[in-house]
Amino acid sequence: MGVGKNITRVDAVLKVTGEAKYVADLEPQNVLVAKVLHSTIANGIVKSFDLEEAKKVKGVVKIITCFEVPDIQFPTPGHPWSTEKAHQDIADRKLLNERVRYYGDDIAVVVAENDIAANRALRRIKVEYEELEPVLDPEEAMKEGASVLHKEYPNNVLGHSSFQIGEGTYEEATKEEGLVLLEKEYRTQPVQHCHMEVAHSFAYMEQDRIVVVSSTQIPHIVRRVIGQALGIPWGKVRVIKPYIGGGFGNKQDVLYEPLNAFVCTKVGGRPVKLELTREETLGCTRTRHGIKYKIKGAVRKDGTLVARDFKAYSNQGAYASHGHAIAANGANVFKQLYQDEKVLESESYTVYTNCITAGAMRAYGIPQGDFVTEALIDDLAYAISMDPLEFRLKNCMKSDYVDPHLGFGGTSFGLLECIEKGRQYIHWEEKREAYKNQTGDKRRGVGMAIFCYKTGVYPISLETSSCRMVLNQDGSIQLQMGATEIGQGADTVFAQMAAESTGITEEKIHVISTQDTDVTPFDTGAYASRQTYVSGMAVKKTGELLKDKILSYAEWKTKYPKDAMDICENQIVKKETGETLLSVADLAVEAIYSLERSEHITAEATSQCKSNAFSFGATFVEVEVDIPYGKIEIVDIINVHDSGTLINPTLAKAQVHGGMSMSLGYVLGEELLYNEKGKPLNNNLLDYKMPTAMDTPELRVEFVETYDKTAPYGNKSLGEPPAISPAPAIRNAMLHATGVAFDSLPLNPEKLVLRFMEEGLIQE
Amino acid sequence: MYDFKQMYLPYSIEEALELLEENKGAEIISGGTDVLIKMREGKLEDATLINIHEIKELKGIHMEEDGTIVIGAGTVFSHITNNEIIQTYIPMLGEAVDEVGGPQIRNMGTIGGNICNGVTSADSASSLFVFNAIMELRSKRGTRYVPMDQWYVGAGQTVREQDELLVSIRIAKKEYEKFYGHYIKYGKRNAMEIATLGCAVAVKLSEDKETIEELRVAFGVAGPTPLRCPNLEELAAGMGLNERVVTIIGKGVLAEVNPRSSWRASKEFRLQLIEEMSKRAFRKAVTLAGGEIHA
Repeated sequence: MGVGKNITRVDAVLKVTGEAKYVADLEPQNVLVAKVLHSTIANGIVKSFDLEEAKKVKGVVKIITCFEVPDIQFPTPGHPWSTEKAHQDIADRKLLNERVRYYGDDIAVVVAENDIAANRALRRIKVEYEELEPVLDPEEAMKEGASVLHKEYPNNVLGHSSFQIGEGTYEEATKEEGLVLLEKEYRTQPVQHCHMEVAHSFAYMEQDRIVVVSSTQIPHIVRRVIGQALGIPWGKVRVIKPYIGGGFGNKQDVLYEPLNAFVCTKVGGRPVKLELTREETLGCTRTRHGIKYKIKGAVRKDGTLVARDFKAYSNQGAYASHGHAIAANGANVFKQLYQDEKVLESESYTVYTNCITAGAMRAYGIPQGDFVTEALIDDLAYAISMDPLEFRLKNCMKSDYVDPHLGFGGTSFGLLECIEKGRQYIHWEEKREAYKNQTGDKRRGVGMAIFCYKTGVYPISLETSSCRMVLNQDGSIQLQMGATEIGQGADTVFAQMAAESTGITEEKIHVISTQDTDVTPFDTGAYASRQTYVSGMAVKKTGELLKDKILSYAEWKTKYPKDAMDICENQIVKKETGETLLSVADLAVEAIYSLERSEHITAEATSQCKSNAFSFGATFVEVEVDIPYGKIEIVDIINVHDSGTLINPTLAKAQVHGGMSMSLGYVLGEELLYNEKGKPLNNNLLDYKMPTAMDTPELRVEFVETYDKTAPYGNKSLGEPPAISPAPAIRNAMLHATGVAFDSLPLNPEKLVLRFMEEGLIQE
Repeated sequence: MYDFKQMYLPYSIEEALELLEENKGAEIISGGTDVLIKMREGKLEDATLINIHEIKELKGIHMEEDGTIVIGAGTVFSHITNNEIIQTYIPMLGEAVDEVGGPQIRNMGTIGGNICNGVTSADSASSLFVFNAIMELRSKRGTRYVPMDQWYVGAGQTVREQDELLVSIRIAKKEYEKFYGHYIKYGKRNAMEIATLGCAVAVKLSEDKETIEELRVAFGVAGPTPLRCPNLEELAAGMGLNERVVTIIGKGVLAEVNPRSSWRASKEFRLQLIEEMSKRAFRKAVTLAGGEIHA
């Protein structure tokens, strides 16, 4: 019972039997179907529509165009709202947009009796555009004369930030004699989350209120944004989130829920669903930001990292979504993971382009930032012929590191132990030596990468969470969280925490998995890697409150002093001897039906979290590259994580498997491609090369368990971190295997073959 | 829901041929792994479908008295892979179709559909080409037999007329006897792929296993249609088994292919693969034939 145990997921049976209800399972009968008309140009203005043929299609109920939506711009990211105007999210899109900013922009919507009629109508709508030259590259978009996407941002720069650590400038620092200097450009590509369940919602009205059932990570935020987008009071909106089939950050954005709500109001409140296709999900929701980095590094021959200069150009795509927060977060890992002896200069831009909007995705800018951080570290070590592991140990973050801007850190530190475990597992020294001077078509290499990752979003944003517990007559409880289960196992670890804090065992804890904003206490939702940490605090606080209420009643009932009692495995016991006084079940039935003192025992609490903590980890990998084929085989790979104390080790391991798999896709083949006109080329799961089971090697996982004193149970982030370090580790193993530094992701076969030809590894 | 006009479900070849004659422009559907994709894209909204999935005569594999292997056009990939005749006499074909998509697709998709779809990436095509397969086309007008090298007329186009049904694929004994072959599918991942390139190589060695009696090389995606390398094949006949020949084959194929650059793969990349795959497939085929490549 309680934390640290491998209890079975509380939703395991529901999910494997198919009993768990998702949005599609809940659609009302006779639900109308809404389908969005997407622009077929990437940049321009909608001049007019010809709807005549579309309206003739049998079954069409309503067609709404971009000329008929409220003149309201609204924000979409799943951030806590700021009550200060200056810190509010950027509101830059309407429900449907006359000003087209990417290929696939939402310009009209058809509501029909079924999807055949809706699709037929879509195919019959004719659109006249005024076409503008698309800009797809951030640096191009920053140039004078480039097409302006949003009039509020005349140079297309959505965000810019800079900072410096240490004294002087990079230029000054590099005047020192004998330094080895590197100047590099690294690039990461846009990828997509590829959650199994596509974006899907339905809406209906109850009198003058709108109910939206949606596959989202952030129901309370969706409620607020629907209110903002439609210009109606937030309390008129009710959002329900059932089980969902993954999100990975894409559903930490408000996607089509506001449009779904709006069209519902236009058909008299009849139920309307809006379910995207996979092609739309890939092409019209959010992506991971593609970021270009221009980096300089200076290192002394003894292996001292002297100075670095960091410039990031982040491709935001058409709309702000999470905006500059991602690039800025990426710059943080570059700063935090290594300390320069003299100076670090850092500057980041986030720029609008006519690409698919980039938003939140697992690890929020750190897979990009860590790729450049760790590629540079290997390149610098290579340049001075130093073992990259030794180079890391010499320069990486120390146990007492506190982020100078964010003010947290140093509360637990397992980084060095993670490196040591990985080093031993992969036989680092032995293999670095063995694979030194290879020839032939197949070559092997070992590589590594490390990372640090924060847990919640404090102090940049508000961290708040709420929990409710209700005691039933049989001594069981309902546990209700504002925090959301999105497949990661949140409900299970919350149940474990509730057991730990109340003394009531897990089988008597009924987790209400569904969030319903009319009923569920407030929480901002599943994002960052915050829930076990931030929402865990709310569980602990509420559990202690409930326990106190139960014991107060027990004191009245038994006349035994409250402070001398405890709850242990559903029994109220004497603290000292463990002797049972009465069961929680007996107490509960008495409390409700007592003619003397009837009380429905419930507890509810909000916990505002004002702390944060770093988790750490490392990937060690051995690769074999087939040079003439340009193919990388992962021979062995291990992730070692310090995520503090593990609440459920089996679930923790599963989290790591998923993250590693995601990072393998990131490094080996995934990339959203566009043609020169900005049209996405591969927004389907055939051409978008996500790894299959046949491509996935055995994924090894180890943990270094530390105890973080800021956390409710010593725990730190784990949801996102596994997706960070495999990509740079594989890139670095390739450097070891072939001597070729690949500086852009992904390392797909064509890129490898062409580069090997260039480098003479493949000969004519 | 799928958008189409109507569908017929014949239970015999005869019935299907009548329906094909009556419904000009009708589209044939069997496993649906190609047709449903087009339908989902809204391209067949006015289509009449003739679903041949229930026609038993179109399914199965047998050998005729003269050793000709006859594969029913409606036979699904997984049944081909697991068929004893295929495994015994032309294992390369069974292995090739086991590379198609994933298990679900291989349980639905048929070899006839793969060939009639006309695309250059069809995994079965290179192997059928190497075995000089003959397509048996039937219509109310009669039956005709089309050899593989006359089957394709262009990208996505075959000689099949709209009223014709591909009934079977025939491979004569002399085309497979003593041949050992290997098919390589190159995809960017190990499953759920359409070939970036496909390469089938078959060899017939001399009695002493020292010289090439006959070499056959076929590619998918090395041109707008699947293709053979006749000049190289002629050149290689009578050559010994050594590294020089491997190089000749690798270089020789390059003169006979015509891959294009697309966003999926550049011509330069494809040419490198063509050279490397032909060499690897040849080596494997020689090994299967019991030969050994000398230095």
